[in-house]
Amino acid sequence: MADISLRKVAKSYGKTSVVEALDLDIHSGEFIVVLGPSGCGKSTLLRMIAGLEEISGGEIAIEDRVVDRLEPRERGCAMVFQNYALYPHMTVADNIGYSLKVAGVPKAERRARIEKVAATLALDTLLDRRPAQLSGGQRQRVAMGRAMIREPKVFLFDEPLSNLDAKLRVQMRIEIRKLHNRLAATSIFVTHDQVEAMTLADRIVVMNAGKVEQVGTPLDLWNRPASRFVAGFVGSPPMNLVEATIAADGAGVLADGTRIDLPEHRLARDAAVIVGVRAEDVRIGPAVNDPRLVLGVEFIERLGSASLVHGRLAGADFVVTAPPALAEGAPEGLALTLPVDRLHLFDAVDGRRIETDASSVEALPIAFETVAAPAL
Amino acid sequence: MIERTPILNTITHVVLFVGFLASITPFVVVAIAASHDLVAVNLVPMPMLPGGHFWENLHTAWTTADLGPKLVNSFIFAGGVAAGKVLISAITAFAIVFFRFPGRQAIFWAIFITLMLPLEVRIVPTYAVAADVFEPYRTILDVTGLNGLIESIAGVRLDLKFGLLNSYAGLILPLVATATGTFLYRQFFLTIPDELVEAAKMDGAGPIRFFVDVLLPLSRNNVAALATIMFLWAWNQYLWPLLVTTEPSHATAVTELKQLIPNVGGIPEWNIAMAGTLIVMTPTLVVVVAMQRWFVRGLISTEK
Repeated sequence: MADISLRKVAKSYGKTSVVEALDLDIHSGEFIVVLGPSGCGKSTLLRMIAGLEEISGGEIAIEDRVVDRLEPRERGCAMVFQNYALYPHMTVADNIGYSLKVAGVPKAERRARIEKVAATLALDTLLDRRPAQLSGGQRQRVAMGRAMIREPKVFLFDEPLSNLDAKLRVQMRIEIRKLHNRLAATSIFVTHDQVEAMTLADRIVVMNAGKVEQVGTPLDLWNRPASRFVAGFVGSPPMNLVEATIAADGAGVLADGTRIDLPEHRLARDAAVIVGVRAEDVRIGPAVNDPRLVLGVEFIERLGSASLVHGRLAGADFVVTAPPALAEGAPEGLALTLPVDRLHLFDAVDGRRIETDASSVEALPIAFETVAAPAL
Repeated sequence: MIERTPILNTITHVVLFVGFLASITPFVVVAIAASHDLVAVNLVPMPMLPGGHFWENLHTAWTTADLGPKLVNSFIFAGGVAAGKVLISAITAFAIVFFRFPGRQAIFWAIFITLMLPLEVRIVPTYAVAADVFEPYRTILDVTGLNGLIESIAGVRLDLKFGLLNSYAGLILPLVATATGTFLYRQFFLTIPDELVEAAKMDGAGPIRFFVDVLLPLSRNNVAALATIMFLWAWNQYLWPLLVTTEPSHATAVTELKQLIPNVGGIPEWNIAMAGTLIVMTPTLVVVVAMQRWFVRGLISTEK
């Protein structure tokens, strides 16, 4: 359990800047997910915290102790690698216990701790096997065990689930979150998968091109994306983004001249904006006052629970979530309504969010009764 | 892949068989010659069926050339060279692959260039150094005048002498450094994923720990391959042992074979010479047979 604070942390290779003056405070026991596309510097950030990568500027402190010049082993971090990085010639038990062996922990104690960790991860029957004899999920658990046995203050995960198949990934995701709830160590998890980020994180750090775009809870990111990049990165399918200019009366005019109503804003006439709306917020059917908003349907993805209608709206790609029944007869055009209170506005130049009166709208709270959980 | 190429199969088998015959025939001839008596072995042509004097010839060869102690010498020599080469190659390759230091590339190429300087080319300077290990240093001291300085200050003249002639160290040390071995290890170490190195760092293992606990166990096939090749190479060395050992006490089996080879005008005891040859090559055959499985694996890249 440890606070981590990053102050103006930067990394550059020669003239290429990978991470730029990054500030971040991570609270003790928090599960932070660093989310971003490949090459955004998120792995570099993690490796700088681990001490595998030197920092080019700034300061990293773990538990108020500046660790910039400390070796990885002195920082109290444990790391789970993308390809697990298990020692191929050692048994599962030796892999898990190697850090204790290096630290000179006596054999009997080592054995006891290995068995305890193995039991937590359901590896107890596999202790004598070699990594080559394990399945992907089992290797993943060994890598976790190797990190856990040191009882670290900080867990670092470098895309640990990306080599697993879809089903196992979901399962391991749940396991990791359960483990975090139980151990309550500070965790930093790097991924490019926004579903992983949304499901695991207490807070998500969205990175793009070496900079932090937004730090917030998963629902913050969902409800109030701070930039066009976050809006387009978080969510599946990603938020629809359509260019528009502001008319004299404050309405938006799309590229093809269609007018749409926008939430209350303070933008000048002719200002260029980007209107964002999530696929599931779009209503199918013409609006009372504006029947001209028509989606040119290109193809339909049938997911079973819903259908995603892909098409073009005023020259931009656009996706709408439709009821599964729509899958049967595919129309060529689909009249749409964009609900005013569900629209997000972004500056067309720098991509930052423009606050509107709709910005305060959160997901509607649903009243539910609290019921005691049945005994398991 | 399924292939149906009966004609090609036949041809490849014929080629293989011809190659096999070509390589086995000299051994067969040696073995047959070693089983004849003096008269039979000198008949022209030599009878191609084994004679009945095999054990007797072996015994004569063994006692004449005093092969017992010589074989022991050979084992120490070849074993020492093989072990030294494995160790030095692994350590040099470790330094070159896993550490970033100035001149790293230059050092690698310097090692690599020594491939062009086999023992035969540098035999004279190597011998000079082996005969008097401190000679280069003494020359430096003399030329720079440092020796006179030391003499005037300390009142004694530095006269370091340490020769390696007629010693195991003299046999082994000049042969242990090898670019081939360093190169073999370098190629293997380059296949070790960076993540494994980093995992060891996170586990708190320093460089030496990593080398001993992770790299050496992973490279055991390489060790086997290199050790086998170098053992055979050293066992068959002739020129260097001949130069550096002047006393029979440190001579190796291969150099002592010449004791058995008949002089011009002497008794043509080729049967005894062949019997001695058989004895001397038996250990190498045993090593090859015993190590073959590991050694092939070590040369054909990594195991999965």
